[in-house]
Amino acid sequence: MAFKLASSPHINTSVQTSTIMLKVMACALPGVMVQCYFFGWGAIIQVLLSIAVAMATEAAVLSLRKRPVWPTLSDNSAALTGLLVGVAIPALAPWWVSVIGVVFAILVVKHLYGGLGNNIFNPAMAAYVMLLISFPLQMTTWVAPAGAALNDVSLLASLQIIFQGVSPAEVLAYRAGFDGMSMATPLDAIKTSLSTGLTINEALEKPTFENGFGIGWVWINVAYLFGGLCMLKLKLIRWHISGAVIFSLFVCASIGYLLSPDTHTGPLLHLFSGATMIAAFFIATDPVTAATSVKGRLLFGALIGVLVYSIRSFGGYPDAFAFAILLANLCAPFIDYYVKPRAYGHRASR
Amino acid sequence: MSNYRDIAWQGLWKNNPGLVQLLGLCPLLAVTATLTNAIGLGLATLVVLVGSNILVSLVRDYVPKEIRIPVFVMIIAALVTCVQLLINAYAYGLYLSLGIFLPLIVTNCVIIGRAEAFASRNTVSKAAFDGLMMGLGFTLVLMMLGACREILGQGTLFDGANLLLGEWAADLTIHFWQVDTNFLLAMLPPGAFIAMGFLIAAKNIIDDKIAAHRPAPEPEQAVTRVRITKVS
Repeated sequence: MAFKLASSPHINTSVQTSTIMLKVMACALPGVMVQCYFFGWGAIIQVLLSIAVAMATEAAVLSLRKRPVWPTLSDNSAALTGLLVGVAIPALAPWWVSVIGVVFAILVVKHLYGGLGNNIFNPAMAAYVMLLISFPLQMTTWVAPAGAALNDVSLLASLQIIFQGVSPAEVLAYRAGFDGMSMATPLDAIKTSLSTGLTINEALEKPTFENGFGIGWVWINVAYLFGGLCMLKLKLIRWHISGAVIFSLFVCASIGYLLSPDTHTGPLLHLFSGATMIAAFFIATDPVTAATSVKGRLLFGALIGVLVYSIRSFGGYPDAFAFAILLANLCAPFIDYYVKPRAYGHRASR
Repeated sequence: MSNYRDIAWQGLWKNNPGLVQLLGLCPLLAVTATLTNAIGLGLATLVVLVGSNILVSLVRDYVPKEIRIPVFVMIIAALVTCVQLLINAYAYGLYLSLGIFLPLIVTNCVIIGRAEAFASRNTVSKAAFDGLMMGLGFTLVLMMLGACREILGQGTLFDGANLLLGEWAADLTIHFWQVDTNFLLAMLPPGAFIAMGFLIAAKNIIDDKIAAHRPAPEPEQAVTRVRITKVS
């Protein structure tokens, strides 16, 4: 450990929540942009809608609670929650899905527990789980990513689909050669294939995949990984949670793959599909709901990785980050209780 | 213990079995997915509660203290069986949709709680009135919860009222909006927990408002000491 000694006067820069949140959102931008590229205008509409609704709900709740609105609203945490919910929702889901989700996140998960810093659960993930349980059809209908199928929905058509309840099929019905706009996500496709008795290699020949990775999804994950590394570089987060999530998911997936390569997804596919990278870097690292000490964070991340692998492989849902993060959020106080950093200078009693 | 007005106030608001005592949560949360189910279970509980309070109050002087709980439970079980058979005979659809929660009224803590805490110590008329008020309080909470969950969950009110009231009631169903997909969270037990939390919060707000409007008790007149000796 290196101590840097500097002579006085020491300058303190006060890092404010609003700056951190803004920087986090900026780091998420590459991922969001790639997502918009693959899933079309719908993705960006969902993100903007969610952010707007999040800010509005936050302002409304704050004034209901008779708190000063502007100081809290300008800390951008509501906007970040909105962004994360918007990214998690399928691009062409109807507008009320994201509105219900965001209102639930801000009102119930965040403010009923006392606002920023007091919530037990990650608001975005709790909202996602609520939506997934309430509206399973809307929440699992993903547009086929660009490159895998015809999906060039114009901006106007996206708006119609999202806000007027026009079904995507109606918009594209007249097109020749149209064979469905929605497509199973890679993890979903693998789960269905395995349940029908196919092996992994046979599943990877489906049109969802290209070179062993899900079309589109791999680049989205790469972009979020890049954003996450930027956050590490900017010291917005520390590596422990993200590293532990990725490492434990990798180890679990490797063990499964080595034991039975026909029925278990390979580790790299696990890491670069679904919500792996955005969850590992942007969601699990939420300082409010995660464990606080270094060892605690490693445990917290590892727990998420193991849970995700178990649910993805043996559970009913294709992706599991929201569930895993909520369960780990529940365990965080428990982890903090048992993993206390030793005070400097004390030794473990013999 | 108290006069009738006080009993009514206790049962309906101040000591409401649903909102304050949080008794009988299991049927409260499991059955209130629609208003019809809520009313059905609420009425069944109400009838059992009144009957058990009357009977317990009647036998209170003859039951030895040591075995009172088994005796109470047998009385309640007999009544629940009667109600169950009646509903089975006259409202079969409701019987099916209430399912196991109908016989489980036996284990509803509200009933044994009132038998033990009130009926076994009071006269028959007071006990009957207490049962009525507690049952009404419980039924009202069930109805509130059922109405909220049904409107949120499937956009209707009184859906399936014909199960409870007969064929003519099929037209009672009110459609607020047409939904293609039900809001499943509101219809599942977790949604009931959340809605219940909001109801309790609303009650607390109202209580606070009442307390704020009530004139503060007159401050006691401070006794000022009269100086008896003069400082010269």
